[in-house]
Amino acid sequence: MNKNKKKSHLKNTIKESFRMSIEAIKDNKLRSILTLIGIAIGVFSVVGVMTAIKTLENHVNSQLDILGSNKFYVMKEPALSFQRSKEYWKRKNITYQDYLDLEKLAKTPHSMSAEMATYEDDISYKDKELTKEIKIYGATFWSVRHHQFLIDYGRSITDDDIRFNRKVVILGPDIVDILFPYEYPIGKKIKIEGIEHLVIGVTGKKGEMFGENQDYMALIPASTFTQYYWDEDESNVEIVLESKSQEELRKTMDEIIGHFRVIRKLKPSEKNNFEIVNNKELANQIDGFTGGIKLFAGAVSVIALLVAGIGIMNIMLVSVSDRIKEIGIRKAIGANRIDILIQFLMEAFFLCQFGGIIGIVLGILVGNLIGFVLNVSPVIPVDWAFYGLFICSIIGIGFGIYPAWHAANLDPINSLRYDK
Amino acid sequence: MSFIISLKDIERFYDVGGEVVRALDGLDLNISANEYISIMGPSGSGKSTLMNMIGCLDTPTNGTYEFENEYVHEMDEGQLASIRNRKIGFVFQTFNLLPKSSALRNVEVPLIYANISKKERIDRAKESLIDVGLEDRMHHKPNELSGGQRQRVAIARALVNKPSIILADEPTGNLDSKSGVEILNIFNQLHDKGNTIILVTHEEEVAKNAKRMILILDGKVKSDIKN
Ligand SMILES: Nc1ncnc2c1ncn2[C@@H]1O[C@H](COP(=O)(O)OP(=O)(O)OP(=O)(O)O)[C@@H](O)[C@H]1O
Ligand SMILES: [Mg+2]
Repeated sequence: MNKNKKKSHLKNTIKESFRMSIEAIKDNKLRSILTLIGIAIGVFSVVGVMTAIKTLENHVNSQLDILGSNKFYVMKEPALSFQRSKEYWKRKNITYQDYLDLEKLAKTPHSMSAEMATYEDDISYKDKELTKEIKIYGATFWSVRHHQFLIDYGRSITDDDIRFNRKVVILGPDIVDILFPYEYPIGKKIKIEGIEHLVIGVTGKKGEMFGENQDYMALIPASTFTQYYWDEDESNVEIVLESKSQEELRKTMDEIIGHFRVIRKLKPSEKNNFEIVNNKELANQIDGFTGGIKLFAGAVSVIALLVAGIGIMNIMLVSVSDRIKEIGIRKAIGANRIDILIQFLMEAFFLCQFGGIIGIVLGILVGNLIGFVLNVSPVIPVDWAFYGLFICSIIGIGFGIYPAWHAANLDPINSLRYDK
Repeated sequence: MSFIISLKDIERFYDVGGEVVRALDGLDLNISANEYISIMGPSGSGKSTLMNMIGCLDTPTNGTYEFENEYVHEMDEGQLASIRNRKIGFVFQTFNLLPKSSALRNVEVPLIYANISKKERIDRAKESLIDVGLEDRMHHKPNELSGGQRQRVAIARALVNKPSIILADEPTGNLDSKSGVEILNIFNQLHDKGNTIILVTHEEEVAKNAKRMILILDGKVKSDIKN
């Protein structure tokens, strides 16, 4: 037999094996379906978790991107921590005064702002009032920029507003829609907890971020905020800083740490009693977190797939012993070992592929369902779908090889004589 | 004169629980092209063992087996499979059809292993079924056919690869007498067309169809009569 003929023989065998495996699967529906389910669950758990994680990652990364990578924060506690340890919450709060002190000392940052907010529900204009509480920010000069708000019309908060504790307010568009359905809001006075504030600006529409409506909020000068709405003892300020460039980020952070240690009156031997985090590190922490989930899901999936693989092997062994006579007949009319081996291997392989495809489709659907619940745009993890199919092939072949080998080596005469 | 089959001093022993069963015990047999042979003998005399040997399903414990001038007793499994596929047509007492496949598909399968293209396979399988008078039963499954029809499918399958020899081990054993006669008629016609046939039977009537009658006893040829 020359090489070409051998090749086409193999192609023929595979094609026929495909057909025969479909026939065999159809002939043994229940058994096949059970196996399919096993494989589907295994692949589903891999692809589902990976899809869900991917949607989350996309979500977080896109939001961190918006925040910008030159930014960093001075905070009392770490942004992400697994144990809410006493060490953190026993620390002194960061006060608005700390912020003001830092502002005086800091030279290198491009800009800094204080982040403080509270929720209030008594907001009204004439006979109209809000029914749902809103988030009110105490804003310093750079807060609008650091929050990525844009002033749609009117003006922003100035240093003078802060210096003179002016009772002015910038409103989100959703609040304007409720309080000023027919009026021009700028220059009007609204009441917040009974205190009148002059509307000076309205922000542009922004939508949601981290699950919060960015259009349903108000900004008032930080000084006014601390005077009327802020309980200095119980509340804690976060300080947002921005370096002039990516290159200067590290240097700027070091400078701020030095200044802030002075402000917090720490001795050289004492550890920092505050945290300094930048967006990149935040992203890395989140990566570490999802990495942990991935590892766990990976381990669970490996077990699921192993169980499914053993299921495949079991089914194939049953299938072989059910079809000893058939194997004998095929050998008597000219099938050789390789023909039989390929036939049963293909059967295991296609069974796994069918199961795998079902698992992948379900996995992507459910993974995206999680994304949908979190209001994240859908993803199709092509890479994981591909790995899923690859894993299925490996399982099909890996666990199918022994039963197929067993079938291939059956003695033709004994097989022919075999009665069930 | 050259034989297509030449068996010399063939032995086939089985070890059953430490006891040696001599199924074939020094058997000699030569077969020429276009012979029509019947094999008879009591139960357990080694007829089926001999047929399996000739059909390359089994290999001798000792002795030489030449098939068309090739030494079968030296062949590996792949070569034996290839000979079974191209040169041998088997017909069994219990038909041995693939139960879930149609008549056409059953006849097609040997051609798959012979690596023949789909179109040619279908054409040849149909032709073969027409030859045994089953043109209107091609898409029936074995359980939708009578015993005689099943055996005709098996014959069509045996013929489809144009084998050098047709081996039939008690082909009428599971059939009523009318169907049996039909099957024998097919064998007679096949012989007339030039096929070589070996047929194992318990019935004198059936054996008399053949041109040469061999009697096997205790794994040896007891008598070999040409009529
Ligand atoms: N696989 C086997 N293992 C052990 N002994 C076997 C085996 N196959 C056949 N034999 C023995 O070999 C001898 C010949 O058996 P064989 O099947 O050839 O007889 P037979 O002439 O075909 O009989 P029957 O007319 O009943 O079909 C018997 O004694 C049988 O028990
Ligand atoms: Mg027998």
